[in-house]
Amino acid sequence: MTKELNFEGWTCPMPLRDHSNIIMSHGGGGQLSAELIQHLFLPAFSNEQLEALGDSAVFDLGNRRLAVSTDSFVVQPLFFPGGNIGHLAVHGTVNDVSMSGATPLYLTAGFIIEEGLALESLGLIVGSMAAAAAEAGVRLIAGDTKVVDRGHGDGVYINTSGIGVVPDGVTIGPDRAEPGDMVLVSGTIGDHGMAIMSVREGLQFETSIESDTAALNGLVAAMLEETRDLHVLRDPTRGGVASALNEIAQASGVGIMLEERKIPVGAAVASACELLGMDPLYVANEGKLIAIVPQEHADVLLDTMQRHRHGAEATIIGQVVEDHPGMVVARTGIGGTRIVDMQVGEQLPRIC
Amino acid sequence: MKYLDEYRDPELAGKLFDEIRETGKHHWTMMEVCGGQTHSIIRNGIDQLLPDTVELIHGPGCPVCVTPLETIDRALAIASSPDVIFCSFGDMLRVPGSEKDLFRVKSEGGDVRIVYSPLDALKVAGENPEKEVVFFGIGFETTAPANAMAVFQAKQLEIANFSMLVSHVLVPPALEAIMSSPSSRVQAFLAAGHVCSVMGYWQYEPLVEKYRVPIVITGFEPLDVLEGIRRVVVQLEEGRAEVENAYERAVLREGNLPAQRMLKDVFTVCERTWRGIGSIANSGWELSDKYREFDAAHRFTVTDIKTQESPLCRSGEVLQGLIKPNQCQAFGTVCTPRKPLGATMVSNEGACAAYYRYGRFAEVESANT
Amino acid sequence: MCLGIPGKITEVYDQQGIAMGKIDFDGIQKEVCLAYLPDIEVGDYAIVHVGFAITKLDEQAAQETLDLFREIGSLEEELGD
Repeated sequence: MTKELNFEGWTCPMPLRDHSNIIMSHGGGGQLSAELIQHLFLPAFSNEQLEALGDSAVFDLGNRRLAVSTDSFVVQPLFFPGGNIGHLAVHGTVNDVSMSGATPLYLTAGFIIEEGLALESLGLIVGSMAAAAAEAGVRLIAGDTKVVDRGHGDGVYINTSGIGVVPDGVTIGPDRAEPGDMVLVSGTIGDHGMAIMSVREGLQFETSIESDTAALNGLVAAMLEETRDLHVLRDPTRGGVASALNEIAQASGVGIMLEERKIPVGAAVASACELLGMDPLYVANEGKLIAIVPQEHADVLLDTMQRHRHGAEATIIGQVVEDHPGMVVARTGIGGTRIVDMQVGEQLPRIC
Repeated sequence: MKYLDEYRDPELAGKLFDEIRETGKHHWTMMEVCGGQTHSIIRNGIDQLLPDTVELIHGPGCPVCVTPLETIDRALAIASSPDVIFCSFGDMLRVPGSEKDLFRVKSEGGDVRIVYSPLDALKVAGENPEKEVVFFGIGFETTAPANAMAVFQAKQLEIANFSMLVSHVLVPPALEAIMSSPSSRVQAFLAAGHVCSVMGYWQYEPLVEKYRVPIVITGFEPLDVLEGIRRVVVQLEEGRAEVENAYERAVLREGNLPAQRMLKDVFTVCERTWRGIGSIANSGWELSDKYREFDAAHRFTVTDIKTQESPLCRSGEVLQGLIKPNQCQAFGTVCTPRKPLGATMVSNEGACAAYYRYGRFAEVESANT
Repeated sequence: MCLGIPGKITEVYDQQGIAMGKIDFDGIQKEVCLAYLPDIEVGDYAIVHVGFAITKLDEQAAQETLDLFREIGSLEEELGD
């Protein structure tokens, strides 16, 4: 005798949420990352700068407002189409500092190197960092080197911290989005994540997709020259545009409505997403920013962004709304709506 | 992409919606069998644009989700062995067993790798002769030819350190189980296009004869799904019950014959338990005797598997339609999408999650108007 | 179930006795197994699932389906609403 069959309203089994060990998804930029921060790090270090949860923390020192940020880079492989870990280590932190509107000035770098790494590789990486720093107009003023046993690291891990000065009259933060504001993105999304995916073991494919890794402080400066009245800036790295917007919607207590048709995605990235069953909204970027700005400045800022080389394909992709606070909703290509939720962990290729 | 973008055209979609609205005079309940179609329906917001006369029931066609708990637990045990490299499609890694998932096994030191194709797992076996390489061979008829080829190749090339944990499921026996269930409300089926690309659709003809339930073979893009629904509505309104192919560009009546020949050689039909549903006779494939040596379930003796689903919530009653999600005391209080107690609150397609999200959405909308 | 996407065959070759090939998906190329489509040729389109071409895409049928959709709409417009 077989058990009773129940097909109606049938659903998938729930993914595990309570892990007694760290799993990869805790670093994926999705819900598990957010929970780790919310339940472990924030209570432990509780203070107002940290709790603002911006890409960089802003604090007063004398009569100056400074922004500081830190980021660790663990990318595999170290060299990928469009750049290497050295570019990311500079661009990532420069961008995090810039997302508070600050002008990044100084960086520090810590290297954790695995025994056996070719000196030539390290040379190339450090060279890239120097070039990236020079281009971004920042100086690397302190550093540290450690070597770990073979097998205890993927060649090299790099941590960078950055510090910058916030111009007067600039107050940018993830909690400042207001209903009516427009949501802009500085260019095509998903390029970095898919460039990495194309060389990932087991998933390789041939493509001309390159990482978009770039320093965005110049773009931010150009925007601030136009108006200091920017509400939110964010670089959508891990977890992609979807996770960044969810964090903003929650921090600001507003809803965000996206127009899916307007979201710029390169043809090859779109194809790669189809092949692997992924959504470009959740794929990582390293040279893009999201700007949430008052409606009256949106057009002129869009124009400013499009005239900058890192914003040539900037687009207005949606609007901040009063409805559904804390949620991101997208109007789909055929005019329906869908909820753009935060991922549980990192996005995985799927077969169904 | 060519042959995808054309089938996402908003203007034509609008016309198909209009046509469905005008054709459907009565209320009709249909099941899209395939998880891929469910995904497309949610992803494109098709469900919200359909008229009230069309009710979609999401079918059990997600191969990842229906893989029996016992098999997942077996996979977790094998993947935990120190001499094993365990290869899997990406979406299996998050599927929970009784106590853990493949992510947790990896965090505890297991060598778990994501591959795109079963042939990639075979490659891993060739490169790691000192290790046992096990591939988690799950899926419907669409995936089976790929898994069959990996086993066939392993035998041809004598790759002895490769094996497969097979848990294949078959669509027609599941459809018949639904049709023959006295409590079933399903009046028609949208059948899974890519399953039919491999197997054809001649197998559905006797089912339609016997149960008088229309089956329309349907693709995955918005226009394909809408055309499938439109054809179902037309059949139901006219009182017809036929097998129709609305995915002609990718499906032939006889299917893919070379693939079917390989399947016949590598697999034999068996009884299979569908997670969350129950056991269905003749609804699975396992490796045939000829390839038994590559069966991971035989190569690795795993004993002491005690499967246990979480007993904490009332999702079972929700699933059976005995209570509405908001009649459960946990709903919206201790059980939310962020902290779900049961499957129905987690999955995007889950009844409780949909109730919670759209309920919240609708409340806010109405408060603002 | 079963994510499958259409791509164009750009190369067909033999690898250890199995028919393999390259498929272009609008900007990305992937090696796929062609063993189940013995008659496939360079320039044809096929639906690919987990690295296997499972069916040749019938380009004429693809066009006819689209024409049918357009017709459905225009019929209604002719009826004048």
